[in-house]
Amino acid sequence: MTTPVLVIGIGNPFRSDDRAGLEVAWQLKHRGNERLKVLEVASNPLTLLDLWKGHDEVLLVDAVSSKSKPGTFQIINAVQQTIPAGLFNTSTHNMSVAEAIEMARNLNQLPKQMLVYGIEGKNFQFGEVLSPQVNEAIEKVVHHILNHIH
Amino acid sequence: MTNKKDGTKIIKVDTLARVEGEGGLYIKVKDNAVQEVRLKIFEPPRFFEAFLRDRDFREVPDITARICGICPVAYQMSSVHAMEDALGVKVEGPLRDLRRLLYCGEWIESHVLHIFMLHAPDFLGYEDAIKMAKDHGEIVERGLKLKKAGNDLMIKIGGREIHPINVRVGGFYKVFKKQQLNDLVEQFKWARDAALETVRWTAKLPFQEFEQDYEFVALRHPDEYPFNEGRLVSSKGLDIDISQFDQHFEEEHVEHSNALHSVLKERGAYFVGPMARFNLNFDQLSPIAKEAAKQAGLPGICKNPFKSIIIRSVEVLYACDEALRILENYEMPDPPFIEIEPKAGTGFACTEAPRGILYHRYTIDDAGKVLDAQIVPPTSQNQKTIENDLWHFVAKYLDLSDEKLTWQCEQAIRNYDPCISCATHFLKLEMDRE
Repeated sequence: MTTPVLVIGIGNPFRSDDRAGLEVAWQLKHRGNERLKVLEVASNPLTLLDLWKGHDEVLLVDAVSSKSKPGTFQIINAVQQTIPAGLFNTSTHNMSVAEAIEMARNLNQLPKQMLVYGIEGKNFQFGEVLSPQVNEAIEKVVHHILNHIH
Repeated sequence: MTNKKDGTKIIKVDTLARVEGEGGLYIKVKDNAVQEVRLKIFEPPRFFEAFLRDRDFREVPDITARICGICPVAYQMSSVHAMEDALGVKVEGPLRDLRRLLYCGEWIESHVLHIFMLHAPDFLGYEDAIKMAKDHGEIVERGLKLKKAGNDLMIKIGGREIHPINVRVGGFYKVFKKQQLNDLVEQFKWARDAALETVRWTAKLPFQEFEQDYEFVALRHPDEYPFNEGRLVSSKGLDIDISQFDQHFEEEHVEHSNALHSVLKERGAYFVGPMARFNLNFDQLSPIAKEAAKQAGLPGICKNPFKSIIIRSVEVLYACDEALRILENYEMPDPPFIEIEPKAGTGFACTEAPRGILYHRYTIDDAGKVLDAQIVPPTSQNQKTIENDLWHFVAKYLDLSDEKLTWQCEQAIRNYDPCISCATHFLKLEMDRE
């Protein structure tokens, strides 16, 4: 049996569209697929380096804010290109997802293959409700991931 | 930095990097003399003391933990000790040891983050730890693994690595059998070795010459390096019970900061944190930590804040050693907490957060509702000292290039590992009614 593809959904469940990555993870878990292993990260992206240790293929899913149309999503091949620094939520308390990936690159700890799905959010205020456009995007990303592994 | 025609030089950093929270720096120099220094804290106030009022005393450890994502254990420890003081309860034996063990986890997690990710890049000339990792991969990896040991200890004892959920007034919600902690013993044997290597590594960093006549303030306990208990002492003769804190210290509002400045009523600015603890408690360090400090060139007293990175690493070594000692002698507390009935009273506590003393005072009523709360975090206590350092540092090093001087001013602030989010927890409302 081949090693499962690791999907990590990232986000803050209490910041509206920022929960997009977690929603993708929950839906994938709910559907169940033996070729996938699904994890969630709600804080401290530096833990990603430990989580993906030993996995050859990793898919990260997170909400982004890049002034694109809400509900669109982009896929970045993190092994081939640098992640733009301002793409993901940044904080003075923690490293951002982009910084954690760049840290892993400099420490030679990136998985062999890694795609980063960035879902453009609209509302990052306190709340647990997704914008309708983001809700649609989540469905598309779930399908994309399921197609990708087949 | 800008240089004006009239000889005025302005050092300005709009947003400080590699500190917790949001702050900036403004320094004005005219005719080779420093005219103005402002550590500007613009992170908004967070109203914690006000919204603690009317809450049940049992809720306070979990509410105050939210003040900080880096040092939540400090808030939990200061609040449980203050509540127990108000209620006339003393937590001792295995429960007390378990609290100390949890605090070790927080010191390791917080100090290691600061040493490797926030402070070391200053000494080695990198913009951040990510760039530093390219050339010093092995060292950064050691830092990440060491931090993980602290995180794992927090997860095991506290339930999770940030904002632990297992602490309660009187003890813990859940305690562990000795064999459940066995994995940590092996991990901490490695961590202690890694911490020793870290002391040796930090000792070799290049240090700016800079010493001041500080008043160091820390807890002092007769039998141990301080975490949770002790008298409050200083290098200039202060020696008080925690209940006398308000008689000796006061908080002032300054216009350029959303965080109050805390001063000693008699003498003004003072210094809290690892360097104060170390200078006032060197004799209480364990043999391995004491020896490592001596070999690092710090035989007991250090007055150069740039060397605080060495002292933080000595404290990481101590915390690993202390965690191992507690783990190896561990006895499961039974019961996991002391049952406490509410009664009216006022309680005081001070514990040693990674950045220095954290003072809590609560008054509760017969039903255990909070009537009044006061919290003085370490960063507000260090603010004045940080500004004083900048006055003297800039005056001494005016001949440095503009770029280097600005960088080193930022480094001088990072010497204190300031936590701006903690410092702005307060609410000071002044209203004029006519």
